Amino acid sequence: MSLHATTSQTVGPFFKIGFSWLYRDNLAGPGVAGERVEIAGRILDGDGKPVPDGIVEIWQANAQGKYAHPDDPQDKPGEPGFSGYGRVPTDDEGRFRFTTIKPGRVPGPDGKLQAPHLAVSVFTRGLLRRLVTRIYFPDEPSNAEDFALSLVDPIRRGTLIAKKRTGAAGALEWNVVLQGQGETVFFDI
Amino acid sequence: MKSIRGYRRNYPGTQPRHLHPSYVSSLKRAPLQPFVTLPHTLSEITGPVFEPEIVDVKACDLTRQHSEEPLGERIIVSGRVLDENSKPVPRTLVEIWQANAAGRYLHSRDQHNAPLDPNFAGCGQAVTDSEGRYRFVTIRPGEYPWGNHHNAWRPAHIHFSLFGPAFATRLVTQMYFQGDPLIPFDPIFNCTDDEKARNRLISQFDWETTVPLEALGYRFDIILSGRESTPLETHTHGEKS
Repeated sequence: MSLHATTSQTVGPFFKIGFSWLYRDNLAGPGVAGERVEIAGRILDGDGKPVPDGIVEIWQANAQGKYAHPDDPQDKPGEPGFSGYGRVPTDDEGRFRFTTIKPGRVPGPDGKLQAPHLAVSVFTRGLLRRLVTRIYFPDEPSNAEDFALSLVDPIRRGTLIAKKRTGAAGALEWNVVLQGQGETVFFDI
Repeated sequence: MKSIRGYRRNYPGTQPRHLHPSYVSSLKRAPLQPFVTLPHTLSEITGPVFEPEIVDVKACDLTRQHSEEPLGERIIVSGRVLDENSKPVPRTLVEIWQANAAGRYLHSRDQHNAPLDPNFAGCGQAVTDSEGRYRFVTIRPGEYPWGNHHNAWRPAHIHFSLFGPAFATRLVTQMYFQGDPLIPFDPIFNCTDDEKARNRLISQFDWETTVPLEALGYRFDIILSGRESTPLETHTHGEKS
């Protein structure tokens, strides 16, 4: 028998009640291998106004390109202490921020490796469904051969690639524009 | 070479459109550009794994998190989490949050002129058992007004968040109550075209889970995206030199 997945509904404005116990803004605890990055940005609406009631979730592989999940068939060791999951809310100015490590490359279609990326879910009041996008890394030569980036109109590709911020090494900026000028690329998965 | 079995995409009409003008908050937040269809890779078929121990044993009883019991009608909300192939989804995290019996959330942005309840925080967590079952004890949330349009009232509802086995199966939804007169007028409930799909958000009163002299039972089963029956045509190498 075939069922249909339950209909999505908005997280609404009060998700903090349900989500805050599992806020995780630092995936790179002591002992986790890899290059540290701090990704900061904002969620903006179609008028360019900050979204103060949004939440960003990330899912990523470790520095070796291995997911902490039983369906990852790669013959690579797991890494205790690295879950690959993050969840951060936006503040009153629509800002979010998390610290993690740059993931390794993971397999994609046709046996080719994907460029390092984070899988991202965005929820806000007003969004009836989650939005799915990705964060890629600046100065990463493998971006040029990444299959997912190649599916995207080159004019919009930049919305998926974090930018270097001035300051500390590994400081990156990546924004979510929900609508309009510079709208972030969202994926149907 | 290993083949990847992806998850099914949404059946047409069973999920909301992003832009639903009668839900005013969607007007400036719904993306307008076309979405890019992404074949599933290892990144989409894996997802966060939570150990059952992450959840406190008291977290599934929202009436026992404080020194006294909350006000309101005690209810039991339970059901099964299945995938689209009717297989139970075991050991998956379920998070809920809701208003109190007076229709007020314990949240600084909730300005509804109704009392807070010092004995009700309105949040709970559970992990499904080996058969995909979950069970919460809570109180029936109140309806409350909101600013979407003149005299707008949300039907009573409980927010649900689920992960399932993969990034692709993540779901956030809301559960409603059978017989609530506000349901037909709610723009959020009505955002999904398919009437049957909408109505599956309405929990059903259930004698079987009703506990005599204790609490009425409401049943709410949740379906997460299921695996494709055949592997995708694309393949992955476990390692690449």
